[in-house]
Amino acid sequence: MDLLRFITAGSVDDGKSTLIGRLLYDSKNILIDQLEALERSTKNREDGSVDLALLTDGLRAEREQGITIDVAYRYFSTPKRKFIIADAPGHVQYTRNMITGASNANLIIILVDARLGVIEQTRRHSIIASLLKIKHVVVAINKMDLVEYSQDVFNNIVIDYTDVAKQLGLENVTYIPISALNGDNIVDKSENITWYEGKPLLDFLEEVEVSSDVNLTDSRFQVQFVIRPQTEELHDYRGYAGKVVSGIYKKGDKVTVLPAGIETTISSLEIAGKDINEVFAPQSVTIQLADDIDISRGDSIVKSENLPQVSNELEVLLCWMDDKPLIPGNKYYLQHNSRLVRSVVKQVEYKIDVNTLQHLPLEGNVKLNEVVKATIKTASPVVYDPYDKLSVNGSAVLIDETSNSTVAAVLIK
Amino acid sequence: MSQYQLNYLEQLENESIHIFREVAAQFEKPALLFSGGKDSITLVQLAKKAFAPGKIPFPLVHIDTGHNFPEALEYRDWLAKEVGATLIVRKVEDTIKQRKLTEPKGKFPSRNWLQTYTLLDTIEEFEFDACIGGGRRDEEKARAKERIFSVRDEFGQWNPKLQRPELWNTYNGRIQKGENVRVFPISNWTELDIWNYIRSEQIPLPSIYFAHERDVIEHEGQLVAMSEYVQPAADDIIVKKKVRYRTVGDMTCTAAVESNAVTLDEVINEIISTRISERGETRIDDKVTEAAMEDRKKNGYF
Repeated sequence: MDLLRFITAGSVDDGKSTLIGRLLYDSKNILIDQLEALERSTKNREDGSVDLALLTDGLRAEREQGITIDVAYRYFSTPKRKFIIADAPGHVQYTRNMITGASNANLIIILVDARLGVIEQTRRHSIIASLLKIKHVVVAINKMDLVEYSQDVFNNIVIDYTDVAKQLGLENVTYIPISALNGDNIVDKSENITWYEGKPLLDFLEEVEVSSDVNLTDSRFQVQFVIRPQTEELHDYRGYAGKVVSGIYKKGDKVTVLPAGIETTISSLEIAGKDINEVFAPQSVTIQLADDIDISRGDSIVKSENLPQVSNELEVLLCWMDDKPLIPGNKYYLQHNSRLVRSVVKQVEYKIDVNTLQHLPLEGNVKLNEVVKATIKTASPVVYDPYDKLSVNGSAVLIDETSNSTVAAVLIK
Repeated sequence: MSQYQLNYLEQLENESIHIFREVAAQFEKPALLFSGGKDSITLVQLAKKAFAPGKIPFPLVHIDTGHNFPEALEYRDWLAKEVGATLIVRKVEDTIKQRKLTEPKGKFPSRNWLQTYTLLDTIEEFEFDACIGGGRRDEEKARAKERIFSVRDEFGQWNPKLQRPELWNTYNGRIQKGENVRVFPISNWTELDIWNYIRSEQIPLPSIYFAHERDVIEHEGQLVAMSEYVQPAADDIIVKKKVRYRTVGDMTCTAAVESNAVTLDEVINEIISTRISERGETRIDDKVTEAAMEDRKKNGYF
């Protein structure tokens, strides 16, 4: 049994909450007391049905203040998989919300209203999926009941979206005709959509192969914490604790410590204090090295035969997430996994229109939810790979030095 | 399955260990809030693994309401010794005296709300800048929206509006003086994940998690253990039942479930077949208002 993290993109109007409610409900992941609470709040509905959208209902603070907290996480499991849904609201501040929710997702479900087809919002969600390089895309064509389960409607949307996918370089796209409201093709195969030969949504989510999405070729490791017990029996023990970001490490591997550029050998590998010969992504491990080198948090240990980039000038895409605008020339902390360096946003070249992908000239400062191409200079070098090649080692955040807020998502070019 | 593949429990474990190490590295004075319940027991196991062969580099802190199950306290002391961690205990009783707080009344006088005062005092006393807790997002909808690194102001308050975006596996723990961060390393675990992990790691648990005989009274369909802290009404009938606990909180606000499960396998089977959520079945305090947890968090609760 493994784990699939996915994000649902769409708004209440597209039936997103109903879809999530339906997945939880039909897979029997809703418990009696939750259902009773649901029935209480929908007692007044004329047809007596349960409003599944309420299962994803928000906090009182959200209702009272008319705000939406960017991402809520939902959990359910079937005998085959555990699922984590990042549920990001569609309307408000969609860019910030979607990027936050999508940053850890293996898969995105893009909801399309069968009556409306591919619209601007569909393109927008797809563009963000492509910017973040989400590996698997499901286009769920919803509300099929409202178009009489028409195969022609479905086919036309597939043709339209295939164009979008091609433009954006989205590769693994799967189309499923559904009705979240009635449960068609969610857990069980629809009896109304007889012409559809594919799997219902849950079957697809259970079976889509995600383990091969982990990069096992380019070995990257960053030191999070140095373990030095300094006890009598472990007097000279110095273990570098961190996560294998990608790739595989073996005892005896020739490695280079970056950014210093010093070569050495792995003398031991441990998981939870147990000696082990080989470790792989995304394991949390402890590495010991043959030589005594000055290494601290944020330094990278990589295989000498396959080196990442090392630079203090980065070409990046910035997704701005703060109410305060980005002012070019301002200094920020750049946090790249566990490495924290001071940085300055030197130059903003252009803005990306998230509806069309067009490059637009920047007018004024960079504002909340805008995506821009910029150059960042850092006070000490960053050890990275381009996001498009190895996203786990090409992503970072910017932190406001004065408010300590996380103000931008950084995708390194 | 390829040899380079982790199952879902291993994935969760590795993610949690990563979070623990971020806390140890980013903060000056972290603490692990330990309640004696299965979630915080799981936290201790994960912390042990994260820093091996070294010791857990922060103390275990127990906010003792004075209404604890004796079995949980015994276990707490044993575990702290077992892992070689410093144990700090601060009592709600003392806060009530010092601050002249009003004790809640009623049949089940819960000190759950009052814990917050002791917690905030303890944070101040030791200048803790990060408090690690066992909250899980599947428990409750306020928790579902809280970050793994949750910044609290100097009053300990959670502000759902001002949460930092939490992207990838990057955790921003930078704070101003006086603020602190609550960290929830097992945010992405469900109740069943915890049980399965306890089974696969063979973690010993306090005995009250397994079926035993106990005097209980029935209260609105829930079974509450008789103890010196509970004030039964004249018409309450005390009965002996075979029960176990699904969560372990105060004796006044945690309900037992009828059970014959005496082994972990049996407990897990019962949980899989049960159709009621954990908090719904066992927490008396969450039923008070629908937004109970949200309110408590905004006031500095865990």
